[in-house]
Amino acid sequence: MGNIVRTDNLVHEYERRDEEGNSIGVTTAVDHVSLDVKEGTFIAILGHNGSGKSTLAKHINAILAPTDGTVWVDGLDTKQEENLWEVRQRAGMVFQNPDNQIIGQVVEEDVGFGPENMGVPTKEIWERVEESLKAVGMYEYRKHSPNKLSGGQKQRVSIAGVLAMHPKVIVLDEPTAMLDPGGRKEVIRAARGLNQVEGVTVILITHYMEEIVHADRVFVMDHGKVAMEGTPREIFSQVERLKELRLAVPQVTLLAHELKQAGIPLPDGILTRKELVEAITAVSRE
Amino acid sequence: MSIQIEHLTHTYGEDTTLAVKALDDITLTIPDGQFLGIIGHTGSGKSTLVQHLNGLLKGTSGRILFDGKDIYEKGYDLKELRSQVGLVFQYPEHQLFEIDVFTDVCFGPKNLGLPKEEIEKRATMALQSVGIPEELYKQSPFDLSGGQKRRVAIAGVLAMSPKVLILDEPTAGLDPRGRDEILGLIKDLQRSSHMTILLVSHSMEDVAEYVDRILVMNHGRVAFDGAPKEVFSHYKELEEMGLACPQVTYVMHDLAAAGLPVDVNATTIAEAKDNILQALAMNASRLSRDQH
Amino acid sequence: MLRDITLGQYYQAQSPIHRLDPRVKLAGTLIYVITLFFYKNFAGYALAILFLALVIRLSKVPFKFMVRGMKSILFLLMITVLFSLFTTPGTPVVTFWKLKITAEGTKVAVSMVLRLTLLVIGSSLMTLTTTPNNLTDGMEKGLGFSKVFKVPVHDIAMMMSIALRFIPILLEETDKIMKAQMARGADFESGNLIQRAKAMVPLLVPLFISAFRRANDLAMAMEARCYRGGEGRTKMNPLKYKGRDYLGYLILLLFMVISIWVGRLELPMLTI
Repeated sequence: MGNIVRTDNLVHEYERRDEEGNSIGVTTAVDHVSLDVKEGTFIAILGHNGSGKSTLAKHINAILAPTDGTVWVDGLDTKQEENLWEVRQRAGMVFQNPDNQIIGQVVEEDVGFGPENMGVPTKEIWERVEESLKAVGMYEYRKHSPNKLSGGQKQRVSIAGVLAMHPKVIVLDEPTAMLDPGGRKEVIRAARGLNQVEGVTVILITHYMEEIVHADRVFVMDHGKVAMEGTPREIFSQVERLKELRLAVPQVTLLAHELKQAGIPLPDGILTRKELVEAITAVSRE
Repeated sequence: MSIQIEHLTHTYGEDTTLAVKALDDITLTIPDGQFLGIIGHTGSGKSTLVQHLNGLLKGTSGRILFDGKDIYEKGYDLKELRSQVGLVFQYPEHQLFEIDVFTDVCFGPKNLGLPKEEIEKRATMALQSVGIPEELYKQSPFDLSGGQKRRVAIAGVLAMSPKVLILDEPTAGLDPRGRDEILGLIKDLQRSSHMTILLVSHSMEDVAEYVDRILVMNHGRVAFDGAPKEVFSHYKELEEMGLACPQVTYVMHDLAAAGLPVDVNATTIAEAKDNILQALAMNASRLSRDQH
Repeated sequence: MLRDITLGQYYQAQSPIHRLDPRVKLAGTLIYVITLFFYKNFAGYALAILFLALVIRLSKVPFKFMVRGMKSILFLLMITVLFSLFTTPGTPVVTFWKLKITAEGTKVAVSMVLRLTLLVIGSSLMTLTTTPNNLTDGMEKGLGFSKVFKVPVHDIAMMMSIALRFIPILLEETDKIMKAQMARGADFESGNLIQRAKAMVPLLVPLFISAFRRANDLAMAMEARCYRGGEGRTKMNPLKYKGRDYLGYLILLLFMVISIWVGRLELPMLTI
């Protein structure tokens, strides 16, 4: 399998301006980031607000163009004007605020919006809408008004809307930041389903560590750079480093870390409750 | 000196077929100085409940006594009530509107008709208590960072010098750093003042360490009401309502089920750690005794 | 109060009226409203009421939804009634103080009430039975000919449909901001006109900021989903006339001809 997304020394700078519009300096939001995403994997990008993770995400969908360096999506250079729409079709994007990305008045009309823009024939649009809504478990709501749905349901509709464009990769830019715990679970489950059942590459951007437990690979961003990279287990085993980056380490991992510090021989990088309980009971039997 | 809620019911769209009981016969007393966490998922009625406490919504039936006085009585001064019961809405930074931070915080006390000196004194104190440095006072509120904006918005309510402070999901949409800052700030406020604080949240983990008492709302009713430990002991019922207890609670229950002598009531990481260490030590000594 | 506006509120049901092509409904509403201004006697109105009642019945939309739409124009209606009652010259029926109600005035008032009521109910029936998207589609296609004159029909239709989607969201937001400012002691209800206008600043500034933020987000989301104007776009629900649509046009035509003919007959008892 090849790399579906590749960035090479990507730099993105914002110009800061004063009230008269004169340039007063430059902020580097993304600072020489090089990363490879293999096709069919589930990637998580972690970081607090202002770490540059959302800016990075917007490059994958060609909403932003690099100040320096290059981004390739499925082999297409996002800087080339003629690739723009092709890139946006192959790399779909779901945003943070569920209310500000739904265009249709009825769920199915919204899901059809992308394919309509791409000029897909009518009959095929309907097929795509049906399969996408089924994939996120929202088919029975197809005739509903989006305004009546919960936050988690709205985000699932947004995911279906992207899925209907038949992308190869979906970038989810903090899709759960505005949701309650129930809605967060719904959305993460839908994202995992896309990856496992539909085989779509998923890039999940988040600041919740619980959500990255099932990722194949994790990148932690800080000050526009990749600060850590590895499997969730590798990342979770470096509790002190994560605390330095001011990320919220899940209670289970923290507890395991504290117990280890107190001399209990537990394995590194405990991710789930089940793992912790099994490890502790194993220790107690020795 | 407290808030008493008696049989409060609120029905939306009362005379239609779509009538929904947002609050259903709520009775409860909140004594002075308490730090209360109100937990429930979206649509459980928790936000509706707190909007009754400062008279923004009026109950369909039932009554509310503030300092012993019925707020639904004719001639009750609702404006005065709103200065006593400060309510910080969700995403409060969306209500900022003035040209600079300081003027925005002055809006509340100005509405109370206070003299200029008093207004400015209160605004300064409020901004200090939320940790906004003086050099930001003359900046536009829209140029601040997300966490700063939220703190300015909270100061806007604090400047009214309320006796009761209600915060509706004060950490919504913030990253972990911002969340910890805001929760720490609320804890400090509670320690340094004698305010009654009501913290509305959907996260048990957020409130577990801080509050004296937890009120769990479900379908417009009070499902559980008590100290955090008491409430978390109903972790199975809470799970059915779609509310997760702190992960530690589950770990302790799982360990107890696996036969380890741990205290299932531990709710914080520190408590859990000490408890597990003790249990393991006890187990080890028992095992060595068995071998002899 | 703001929630009472029926315009743009779709009532979901399976009915022959719901299934009609939006262009038929648009044309129908237009024809219906225009004919209302041709009647010279009450027989015409009687026909118009009968016709509307039949269509409402067919549409399966409960009558109370129509009435809800009326609430918003109640004030306008009252002014119109009072105005025509007291200012139409003619034979006085009742006189008190300096005011007199004339027989002619009563007739004008009744016909005005009928006309306005039918107009509002007729047009809310259209929005109640047509999804806003369908409606804008209908306008886009129905007015397609004006593209020749460089009218950006697609863009206008898209703007309308987005506006309709965001109206409920912004109303909810208005309510929330209002409450939040009231919690800070703001007073939106008392004072003179200038004071009230000033009191709106804490409401309007946050509302505008929020609207701009949403517009910005939405534009980005639309671009991310390959939106680039009407060029090369296909339709999920392309409009195509079917048999029932032609039947609809025929019935409308018949109604127009008959009701105007009846409405302009010289009927001494029923003349307005």
